[in-house]
Amino acid sequence: MQMKMAAIAAGFSAFAMAAGLTSLPAQAAEAVKIGMITTLSGPAGYLGQDIRDGFNLAIEEGKLGGVPVEILVEDDGLKPGNGRQIADRFLTDEGIKLFTGIVFSNVAGATVPEIVDAGAIFVSPNAGPSEFAGKGCHPNYFVLSWLTDTMQGSAGQNASDLGYKKAFVLAPNYQAGKDAITGFKRYFKGDIAGEIYTRLDQTDFAAEMAQIRAAEPDVVFQFQPGGLGIAFLRQYQQAGLLGTIPMVISEPSMDHAILKAVGDAAEGLNVSGAWNTDLDNDTNREFVAKFEQAYERTPTMYAAQGYDTALAIASALKHTDGNVEDTEGFRQALLKTDFETTRGDFHFGPNQHPVQDWYAMQVVRGEDGELKLETRKKLLEQHGDPFAADCSY
Amino acid sequence: MTLFIEQMLNGLQFGVTLFLLAAGLTLIFGIMGVINLAHGSIYMVGAYAGTVVATQTGSFWLGIPAALAAAALVGAAMEFLVIRRLYQRDHLDQVLATFSLILIFNQVITLIFGRQPLFVATPEFLSGSIEVLPGLLYPAYRLAIIVVGLAVALGLYLLINKTRIGMLVRAGSTNRDMVRALGVDVRLLYTVVFGLGALLAGLAGFMAGPILAVQVGMGEQILITTFVVVVVGGVGSIRGAFFASLLLGVIDTALRAYLPGLLRQIMVGPEADALGAGISSMGIYLLMAIVLLIRPKGLFIPKS
Repeated sequence: MQMKMAAIAAGFSAFAMAAGLTSLPAQAAEAVKIGMITTLSGPAGYLGQDIRDGFNLAIEEGKLGGVPVEILVEDDGLKPGNGRQIADRFLTDEGIKLFTGIVFSNVAGATVPEIVDAGAIFVSPNAGPSEFAGKGCHPNYFVLSWLTDTMQGSAGQNASDLGYKKAFVLAPNYQAGKDAITGFKRYFKGDIAGEIYTRLDQTDFAAEMAQIRAAEPDVVFQFQPGGLGIAFLRQYQQAGLLGTIPMVISEPSMDHAILKAVGDAAEGLNVSGAWNTDLDNDTNREFVAKFEQAYERTPTMYAAQGYDTALAIASALKHTDGNVEDTEGFRQALLKTDFETTRGDFHFGPNQHPVQDWYAMQVVRGEDGELKLETRKKLLEQHGDPFAADCSY
Repeated sequence: MTLFIEQMLNGLQFGVTLFLLAAGLTLIFGIMGVINLAHGSIYMVGAYAGTVVATQTGSFWLGIPAALAAAALVGAAMEFLVIRRLYQRDHLDQVLATFSLILIFNQVITLIFGRQPLFVATPEFLSGSIEVLPGLLYPAYRLAIIVVGLAVALGLYLLINKTRIGMLVRAGSTNRDMVRALGVDVRLLYTVVFGLGALLAGLAGFMAGPILAVQVGMGEQILITTFVVVVVGGVGSIRGAFFASLLLGVIDTALRAYLPGLLRQIMVGPEADALGAGISSMGIYLLMAIVLLIRPKGLFIPKS
């Protein structure tokens, strides 16, 4: 029996083991190496996959901004420890100076300091924790996506604009979840009827549904990224809440992959975000068409952010002729913001986080009978974040 | 009061889902002495096979035999090709081999279906809610899971306690060598038990489809909790797995539902919420630790 117990313990620890490695074939010898640490395995694997695929879409014949590049992709498996180890290896063994890819705030929290303290540059295609936006900002750290606080705040703004007075809020119990709730409350002008932190590995929300029903709010705000969001929405529908209590969410809880998987339970939902397939600008039109042709699926915002990150890096590589050893020069080149994005007007705030437009969207049924995310109006125009004021280099 | 009953139903529903997985796991573990980490992969295979067939044919019902058949086939093949070589080996080898099976299954599913989660619709007549008690609406689909789970538990009880196969299974879990010495084809018994365990896991996976997301890695999310059930209930005991599943299901749900509220009585709102969420996610592991201290063989193994 003791053997068996010991073996179970071994089984538990086996889950802590690292996940696989994927690397693109090596290209020209003098190519600039870019380290992409992202989440490719597990339920959230499609987030990293879209970032990688979007990023690769911008590479033309192995070149970004006319400079040959080699992308080294590794899977962090959504484990902060893995991310840090990969960064370590990329820094010492490969001598990489330029990093991107991280999807989740908790991985970023452990990995980004390692990278920027070693004098390398990190350009985030997704993760945007508030801790690195204010006092913890760093000159080598750029965010091309958004801050979790602002992303979820846009849902708060949306809820206020829609006239809701009493909100029930839920998010997973980790850094981004806390940022989400703080962000929502920052922009929402009504009262909070209840607040629940769920587990990050939780997939059954029946207990929470019952609490929502008991609290009788005007509106529910929830942040559940990836597969969690799918489970949450369908259980919300099954619990009979969909027709009675409206929901506002931000795009990470209703990206284009979730929309497909959720089906009818998504119809009518109020969504907010910085990017959508129907945003009216040339870069976006070109990106959506190219992505659909190359991968035969609808791009998510993660793909768009991966693409934008690649465009940003391309512009800086072009200005510096591919010299990433001079990080200060590379920084200045990136700060010129000499690139287009799929989100239209975009520039960096004083903390090198985005200043961009935010949109209200809604899930509607298109003429072809398929559900789609339709942009309704601009919620916030050229909006930065409240942490920038605390940042000084 | 209706809220409390609703939460207990939620706990019960979570419990029976756990039971479907734990029953197979505890049988395989207790009778064959094999630690099968890839049990969660069979759950995933069942979910995918059932979902694909249900989506292609448009019939939820056709998804059920598909899920069961795929899970049982994959389970039997797994036993024949891999597990069979592991019976005489160290537990660590078993863990290593079945862990690698998890990686292989996840990658194969990713290759075939991609990383985007799949969608499966709830069957029409189970999609609404039923008024269980006045003022208490409960999703019909969740009720169906509870009914199916309890029916499976009853069926297993009859199978284990009233049939010849069940007798062999019981004998096998008590004294494997004696069964072999009495001339029973142990190999066949093993394959049957493994296939049965896989079948139940496949059923659990398919039923979870309309509630959770059908996606790569869905098995690992629930597998660890399942192992906790097996340990708490006592290795090899179906009865133990049943009661431990329900116990853990109800405790987990109750902690999540009520702990933050209780803590809020004595501390500030946001801190109570965060602390409550933290403690409730530890709850079942704490329980396991306590059980291991007091009854190291599990709650439902008679002291010998």
